[in-house]
This record gives sequence, C-alpha cells and structure tokens, in this order.
Amino acid sequence: MSLSKRVKLRKNHQALSTSQIMLQVILACIPGIVALTVFFGWGTLINIIWLGLLALAFEALMLSLRQRQVIFYLKDYSALLTAVLLGICIPSTSPWWLGVIGIGFAIVIAKHLYGGLGQNLFNPAMVAYVVLLVAFPVEMTDWVVPRGSGTSPPDLLVSLQAFFSGDATGIDAYTGASAMDLFRNERGGMTITEFWQQNPAFGLLGGLGWEWVNLGFLFGGLWLLYKGIISWHIPFSMLAVMVLLAALFYDNGSSLSGGSPMMHLFSAGTMLGAFFIATDPVTAATTPRGKLIYGALIGITVYVIRVWGAYPDGIAFAVLLGNFAAPFIDYYTKLSVTQNEK
Amino acid sequence: MSKSYQQLGTEGLWSNNPALVQLLGLCPLLAVSTSAVNALGLGLATIMVLSASNLCVSLVRHQVTETIRLPAFVLLIASFVTCAELLLQAYAYPLYLRIGIFIPLIVTNCTILGRAVSFASRNPVLPAFVDGIMMGLGFALVLLILGILREFFASGIIFANMELLLPFAENWEIRILPQYRGFLLAILPPGAFLFMGFLLALKNWIDNKMTVKQHNDEADILIRNTATK
Repeated sequence: MSLSKRVKLRKNHQALSTSQIMLQVILACIPGIVALTVFFGWGTLINIIWLGLLALAFEALMLSLRQRQVIFYLKDYSALLTAVLLGICIPSTSPWWLGVIGIGFAIVIAKHLYGGLGQNLFNPAMVAYVVLLVAFPVEMTDWVVPRGSGTSPPDLLVSLQAFFSGDATGIDAYTGASAMDLFRNERGGMTITEFWQQNPAFGLLGGLGWEWVNLGFLFGGLWLLYKGIISWHIPFSMLAVMVLLAALFYDNGSSLSGGSPMMHLFSAGTMLGAFFIATDPVTAATTPRGKLIYGALIGITVYVIRVWGAYPDGIAFAVLLGNFAAPFIDYYTKLSVTQNEK
Repeated sequence: MSKSYQQLGTEGLWSNNPALVQLLGLCPLLAVSTSAVNALGLGLATIMVLSASNLCVSLVRHQVTETIRLPAFVLLIASFVTCAELLLQAYAYPLYLRIGIFIPLIVTNCTILGRAVSFASRNPVLPAFVDGIMMGLGFALVLLILGILREFFASGIIFANMELLLPFAENWEIRILPQYRGFLLAILPPGAFLFMGFLLALKNWIDNKMTVKQHNDEADILIRNTATK
C-alpha cells in the first residue's frame, strides 16, 4: 500500500466517530427492513421502534447505575444498532414482552455487565436472540407466511393486536413454517426440484420473500463496504465457505442434498449475518488474516447447523462461537511490530 | 490456636463459604440446582458426608502418615458417599432416580477433600465435626437458594414435588405466578451460571457495603476519641 493511500485511510479513520459509524450501519439496514415489511407485514417496524425505545431506556439506566455520562454515551447509537439488529432477527409477530426480555439481556447482561461498549466479548444482539430462541422456542419460530404464496401478510391492526395481546392466537392464521424449517424437517423425502414445486414457501432463489430481504441486506452491506466502514474479509470468507460447502454437498439436487449454494446464500439470515452481524468490530477478529479465518469459521458452522443441526438457521450460534474464538485467532495471527501490513 | 465454634460457623456460612467464596464443588452445584427438591436432596447428602468424613479423618489423624493421607481420606469419604447413596435409594428412591449420578460424584467434590486435608486432619474431633456441619450447611444453603430461584424463574412455582424427599411435604408446592409462561433458560445450564454469577455479585456487594460501614464506624470512633482529648 502506498504511503499516500495509507495516510488517506488514517484520515478517514479519524474522521469517523463511533456514532457516525453506528448511524451509517443503521441506515444501511433500511433496504432489508423495507423488504421485510413488504413481505412479512408491519411487525418488523413495530419491533424495531419498540426495541429501540427499550434499548435507550435500558442503556440510560445502566449508564446511570455505572455512574457514566448518560447523554454522551447514549449519543453513540450503539444501543440503537443492537435494537435494530435484534428487531430484524426476531419474528415479526413477536409480542411486546419478548422484546423486553431480549433487549434487557442484550444491553444489561451481554453489554454492560461485561464492561460496556468495546468490552463486550459477545455480540449483544446475538446473545439476546439465542436466549430468546432457547427460552421461547414456540414464539421464536412463528414466522408470517410471506406475501405472494396465496395469502397477504397481516395488516397494521392485526400486527398491533399480536404485539399487545401477548399471545399468538389472532396471528396464527397468518403464520407457518418458513422455508428453512420445511427444508430441515422434510429433507430426505424428495429431490430439491420437487421441494421447490410443492412448497409455496420457496421462491426464485431461496425462501420466498427471504431472497428479497437478503438482496436488501446485500445491497446495504455493499454500501458499507464502499464507505469503508467494514472490510471485505469477513463477509467474503464467510459467504465463500458457505458456497463451497453447499456446492460440495449439493449432490445435484437429490433427496439427500444439502440444498443449492443459491438457496443458502439467499435464505434466512445469511446476508444480514455476513455483512452486519459477523463484522461487529468489537467482537470479531481484528487482523486481516484473522478476519478471513473468523469468517470461514462462521460460514462452516452456519452450514453445519442448517444442514445437520437441530435449528433451521445457525447464524446466531455461529457468530457467538466465532466470538469465543476471536481472541484466540487474533493471538495467532497478530502482526509483529517489524512486519509490514499487507 | 483452634478457632471458636462461632468462628467456624461464620466461616462456613459466610466468609469462607465453600460455594460463594472458595468456589468449590461447582459441578454438582450447577447441575443439580434445577429445583428446590433436587437441591435439598444433594445438600443434605453433602452435609452428611462432609460432617461424617471430617469426624473420622480427625479421629485417625495421628495414625495416617503424610504420604498415604490422600488415598486414606478418599477411601473414608467414598465409604460415606456409598452410605448416603444407599440411604437415598432406601428412603427416597424417586429422588434418587432424578439426581442419582450426582450422589457418587460427591466423592470428587473438592470441598470435602479440602476440609479433610486443611482442617480435619489438623484439629481435634469436635471442632472438625462442627466445621464439617457448617461447611456442609453453607454449601447446602447456596444450593437451595439457587434451586428455589431457578425453579421459580423457570415455572413460577416453588417447592414442587417436595414429597420425593420429605414424605410429609405433599402440599408444599406454592404457585407464585399462576399465569406465568415460564422462562426455560433458568433451568438450562446457562441459567445455572447466570444465577450463580448474580449470587456471587450479591455477596460481594453486601461485603463491600459492610466494609465501608466498618471503616466509617472506625473513623467515627477515631474522631470522637480525638475530640474528647
């Protein structure tokens, strides 16, 4: 890298404060959120607003308990980003109390009990997601059937009712197993082509609706790359490893197949995980080589959980396992002072 | 040189509590504390084994030489654990089926060998016995608190199925939150670590408060003394 380019990079680095980075990441989520709202109804927006308010409240509470400057730290938007990511991840039909428990875990336990922003070992949004998934498996796997498969998603009134009533009876008419659920449960009985033909839950590339959500997050992620907020290493190695594994086990679409690379790239949370969650600068590996290893580790784990595991998607588990390994990876890939950066 | 019985009590129950301060025997502590009845069962078994082994180790302390003390003590402890296991099978078989594998594992509970080596083998019989009871009680109390907390958060009920251990406790079940959905995480392994962490934090917080208060009191006395002079 030439000296002038490096100086320019340094300058860029200094120019971006934490709050600017967080804000850009939140803005980059918008295409994906729009796609989620179009295909799955208003629930996601309600989730994000509710979680955002709660996150700010919990953050302020913890900051004042820890005797920090409340307003100063609230303005770094990190709590808001956690809320947005968690709001995207949890089902759009979630009742209000699910958000309270989830964001409470994220902000109070996963973030502040570990020492606050920059000190947390694990991605707070993913800790919250896993806690909710393990504690409330029914509520957390209840996804709305996407627009385009014969039904339309619930309107604003029904979504609000589901949010306030706290039980899913009113919304049951709108929910069903997601594409990845079906794929996990009914694999082995039919070939991939039959799967696609018989299940309205599958779309052009992956799960119906999910393909557009993933394209939205891919677009947002590429924008973050262009702005220099994330580096290419983690998303690239994670997605490349997933494509490689999927191609290896694709088996030409037989009934024992692990699904096509396209399906894995454009279903469930792949793009969100690769560009927005795995790249969290606090909990990811930091050296260039380390990032490649870290991304590959997450990619392998996601594929293994999806195809041979007990859960339909494994992004959250994979990212947390990656977080565990990140300090270790950093230790073995750090550059010595005499080595030059590549 | 020997400690007073009161001192032994405070050490076992609070200042040197095996679970909260020494952090010994965490494996059974975290694994069995899923409900009050499980916790109480293991707690009672531990008290029994710990007091009996302390008593016997103290009795034979002049006969057992330094070189063979570990195998000898472990043998003694294992005998009492076998007794506890047989007693549990005889009198509370349904409970034995639930916490069965953790009873033999009491042998490997570091608290018991630790007390045998560091206290019972150096002290007369009666203090050793009291130390065993107090340390066992401290362990059992933490186990019981953890069991009650986890049971409550997971199901909204406490003291369910107490009749498995105590035949007269059939109606002890208290449903505190009738419409509670249940927080499954509390009885899963991560719940054990979380609640144990919170208990540790609570103890340290109380200790800090007490030290600060003690310092303030001492300062007050100092000021008063200098003022009267």
